[in-house]
Amino acid sequence: MSPATDHYLERAPLVLRDWIVDLFPATLQWLVHNLITIAVILTVFGLFFAFTTIAERKLLARLQNRLGPNRSGLPWWKNGPKLWGLTQPFADAVKALTKEDVVPAAADKVLHFLAPVLIVAFSLLGFAVLPFGRHLIPVELDAALLYFFAAGAATELAIFMAGWGSRNKYSLLAAMRALAQLISYELPLLLSVVPVVMVVGTLSTKDIAAAQGGWTFGFLPHWHVFTPWGLAAFLIFLVATLAESNRSPFDLPEAESELIAGHLTEYSGFKYALFFMAEYFGLTALSGLGVTLFLGGWQAPCAFLEFIPSWLWFMGKLAGMIVFFIWVRGTLLRLRIDQLTRLSWKFLVPLALLNLGNGAFWALTPDWTGPLALARWGISTAIVVVPFFLLGRRLTAGQAPRSYRYAPS
Amino acid sequence: MTIALLLIALVILGAAAAAMLSRNLIHSALLLVGAWAGIAAFYLWAGAEFVAFAQALVYVGAVSMVVLFAVLLTRQGATSAPVEFASWRRAVLGLVVAGGVMGVLFGSIMGSPLDVRLPAPPTGISVQQLGLLMMGPYAPALLIVGVLLTVALLGAIVIAAVDKPEDTP
Repeated sequence: MSPATDHYLERAPLVLRDWIVDLFPATLQWLVHNLITIAVILTVFGLFFAFTTIAERKLLARLQNRLGPNRSGLPWWKNGPKLWGLTQPFADAVKALTKEDVVPAAADKVLHFLAPVLIVAFSLLGFAVLPFGRHLIPVELDAALLYFFAAGAATELAIFMAGWGSRNKYSLLAAMRALAQLISYELPLLLSVVPVVMVVGTLSTKDIAAAQGGWTFGFLPHWHVFTPWGLAAFLIFLVATLAESNRSPFDLPEAESELIAGHLTEYSGFKYALFFMAEYFGLTALSGLGVTLFLGGWQAPCAFLEFIPSWLWFMGKLAGMIVFFIWVRGTLLRLRIDQLTRLSWKFLVPLALLNLGNGAFWALTPDWTGPLALARWGISTAIVVVPFFLLGRRLTAGQAPRSYRYAPS
Repeated sequence: MTIALLLIALVILGAAAAAMLSRNLIHSALLLVGAWAGIAAFYLWAGAEFVAFAQALVYVGAVSMVVLFAVLLTRQGATSAPVEFASWRRAVLGLVVAGGVMGVLFGSIMGSPLDVRLPAPPTGISVQQLGLLMMGPYAPALLIVGVLLTVALLGAIVIAAVDKPEDTP
């Protein structure tokens, strides 16, 4: 889109930032420029995290036919408005900050302290390369996707530090299980992203989002999720994201009901809250990447809806992804560890590898038009759907459908 | 820029030295990861963005896990490794090997031209160009490394997948 037709709201955040930067002397401007970007990311996603927790609690409550937190009003104002309990996360933050911080006597003090700090720091790094709007991207990198995954790689290290530093058998065992899960699902996650890179031909998130612009007949968006390989990759990406961020149904690492709390057993107070913060940040960053890669990034779904600023579209899609994940948490049951690893290695990894070939096929046949276009869609669909059913049949042979011997059917 | 390089070098060398001096194997492994992260920072300083991220992804993310798992699975008894060497013969042999490696390294460093004012490297090589180079002129190297890693992987599976009689039902 040409700058002339750009809505003024598209550039409004940038104009505001430049206005603040210009208030400072020239030698300090680069520093202020970067600090403002960092502060905005921290504020926006800190608040996003706070309201994700309250949204999650309320939605889960509604799914379970409860009301959820609805009591916290405004401080120093008795019988004031309740605001539907929306101030709950701030009360929770104060609670977590004022709680006692218990460190086990035998713990490795340095690692025990370093683990929650590192995990939050690394989970925030991914936000740097997400294109939040047409002109809004904190850091423009040529190898942005690689950076995103490199930044996320260190969270495994932090979990290991938490488990080992606690000097507790349960913590260590649970940390090893969590690592096995993270490493197993790293592979389908990365493999599901590669077809996008192959088809678009770049690792830059900005270009990938821009490549999904345009509409067929003015209302069918060219998002990657609306292609056979894109849909398959997106579904694999969703499952892998759930597992990577320890969300239900893959929340074995800190399954509250069975393992006391996994690698978080020896953490209390704000350090415990930091782990959860990192989990939500990681989930949000991965959802943002999913939106960028498959759901068109900041692109509007229809041409006539383009008057809404692109960053609002991005945040809307991001919120939609988060709500979807909360819905999944309220719906599905937790897997066993053997089911979890089997799902990854025997099902998702082969499918993701096949989908890689599918992406290559799609990238090689952009000039198939007319009836050949139908053949292109058919072949591409067959490449993923046929193995999906064959693999599913083979893996569930003798195990599904389940027969309930003792429960009345 | 030079100050940044000195800082990075200090972090790498400091982490590596602390890793060698630490008597706690887990601490050594984690410090080693710190050194690898420092090397990634050095690549970033040198303008090799792609290599830096690949270094972080592979070493900080994956190889560190292999090292930590290996330490945890093979560690016997206490965490502290023995401080004194087993025998004088071993100590002398160790010194000879270390001296030999150091000599070779110093020889190659001293033998290479130390004029750092080389013509400015072509900056802004995109990942796409890098990929085309890897798939074109340097494809044999990539293939050889791939075959090597596949062989290592198969070897690991063969070693690990021994069916013990008690495992079979």
